[in-house]
Amino acid sequence: MAERTSGFVVNRQPGFATVAMICFFLLYLPIVTLVIYAFNANTSMAVWGGFSLRWFHQAWNNEQVIDASIRSLRIASVAAVIATICATMAALATTRTRPYRGLTAKYAFINQPLMVPEIVTAVALLIFFSRIKVATGYSGLGYLILAHTAFCIPFAYLPIRARLENMDLTLETAAADLYATPWKTFRRVTLPLLWPGILAGFMLAFVISLDDVVITEFVKSGGQDTLPTYMLGQLRRIVTPEMNAISTVFLLISVVIVTLFFLISRRRT
Amino acid sequence: MASASEIAIERDRADIRKRWLLSAPALFLIFIASTGPLFIVLVYSFLAPGNYGDVKWEFSTDAWVGVVLQRDIFDGTISLADAHLQIFLRSVKLSLATTVLTLAFGFPTAYFIATRPQKTQAFWLFLITIPFWTNLLIRTYAIQEVIRNEGIVNNVLLWLGLIDSPIQILYTDLAIAIGMVYVYLPLMVLPLYASMEKIDFRLVEAGYDLYATRFQVLRRIILPLVKPGVVAGSILVFIPSLGAYVTPRVLGGGRNLMFGNLIELQFGQGRNWPLGAALSLTLMVLVMIALLFYVRNFARAERRNG
Repeated sequence: MAERTSGFVVNRQPGFATVAMICFFLLYLPIVTLVIYAFNANTSMAVWGGFSLRWFHQAWNNEQVIDASIRSLRIASVAAVIATICATMAALATTRTRPYRGLTAKYAFINQPLMVPEIVTAVALLIFFSRIKVATGYSGLGYLILAHTAFCIPFAYLPIRARLENMDLTLETAAADLYATPWKTFRRVTLPLLWPGILAGFMLAFVISLDDVVITEFVKSGGQDTLPTYMLGQLRRIVTPEMNAISTVFLLISVVIVTLFFLISRRRT
Repeated sequence: MASASEIAIERDRADIRKRWLLSAPALFLIFIASTGPLFIVLVYSFLAPGNYGDVKWEFSTDAWVGVVLQRDIFDGTISLADAHLQIFLRSVKLSLATTVLTLAFGFPTAYFIATRPQKTQAFWLFLITIPFWTNLLIRTYAIQEVIRNEGIVNNVLLWLGLIDSPIQILYTDLAIAIGMVYVYLPLMVLPLYASMEKIDFRLVEAGYDLYATRFQVLRRIILPLVKPGVVAGSILVFIPSLGAYVTPRVLGGGRNLMFGNLIELQFGQGRNWPLGAALSLTLMVLVMIALLFYVRNFARAERRNG
């Protein structure tokens, strides 16, 4: 309140705080409503019928939901691991150097998945993979993992690169002066310093993969629903609070990961 | 004998080779599963549609013509493809509306966060980021529940006596607009905040010393300073809005199509893959134009700032 006593607050604009508060309220109203109704005992979404965990119970016993969840987690973990490794290597290759030929092209290429609308990539992959499916007869999870890995790379790359750019080469040079081999320098000096960035990149990639709807919807073969595509299919029918229960659990996982991500990236400064 | 400079050049070359090798896996994966397939889309857009989806391998420009024109089945006369144009127009209109509305809500919000004490800024930012990282589908579903005929919005309006019977919001263009504003708001707030955080408030103070009003300070000092953030936020909202697929599908109820849904239609019921490919590339070109506009504006702003 120290600002108030001076009488005239320089950075105040009338009404801005009110709009901001309305904004935060509207941002959270639908999410909070969704979570509350997950505990509704009633089948109808409109009427509150008392507190109950029946929808969580039902979702837990719904084989399709469990199946889709496990598939989502499998794809997200594999894709995020591969994407993070590739992104770390790419970040090492594109930072802390004088500009060299092709550097800008590399940036553009790595960020390419971010610049094209998702629906276009989805269509492109549908066409490409349907050819390969016919040619090879393979229709496993590999396509989804490959697609997810590709669009996760730029997301994993961003925090890793940001971290690297804040690290100068002094420590690495010192290690080399003390006769450490390049590999040893990397293991003992670069990697520990870079670790928070890598972790942040991994989490970002994991969440992005877990959340993906559009590309998965177009690439998946029959019986390969992930949790988001399963939910998209369900939304066409009459939904019960089971949908809210699934969403609530999903939300909780995302919030935990994002909180961790925030804590890790804040330690940087 | 190799001179010192030759050794240095050789070492530089080895370093660059190593850097290419290191980035190879990332570049390869992106090429295989993102960039490369886009070229296949280009090829497909010049082929003829197959009978049961897929394509016939014969050259045809019908798909590209079909993006804007249609041939009457009976008398063969050519006219504008009204259905397509209507969808393009709706996409652009809704995306613009989304951009303007997110800006109207996002600007004060970002300003509010940027003018909080340093310690609490992270907390407010966190509040903005949480919805952004929760699943898009869940957020869309949440909005659907709120604006349903039996949802909170209608119930509150009924209770207040403002309406006598629930108004139909769901499955209209308005629902899509509300949904997109809700979903993309963080994309507007974050870049705005980034540019507002850097404002030197001594300039604002100087403005007041020279008898400027609050509004004049906002218009003549703050707005020019945060223009790069406004442009960045608008682009970040406009581009995904234009290509939106999930939000219009869930909230538009299958009748109010946007660009993304029109594309999907060609690969589903429409069974016209070449047309779908041509439409995809049209969308991509529109997005590229928006991006170029951004880059040009951004470069100009950078130059002005020194």
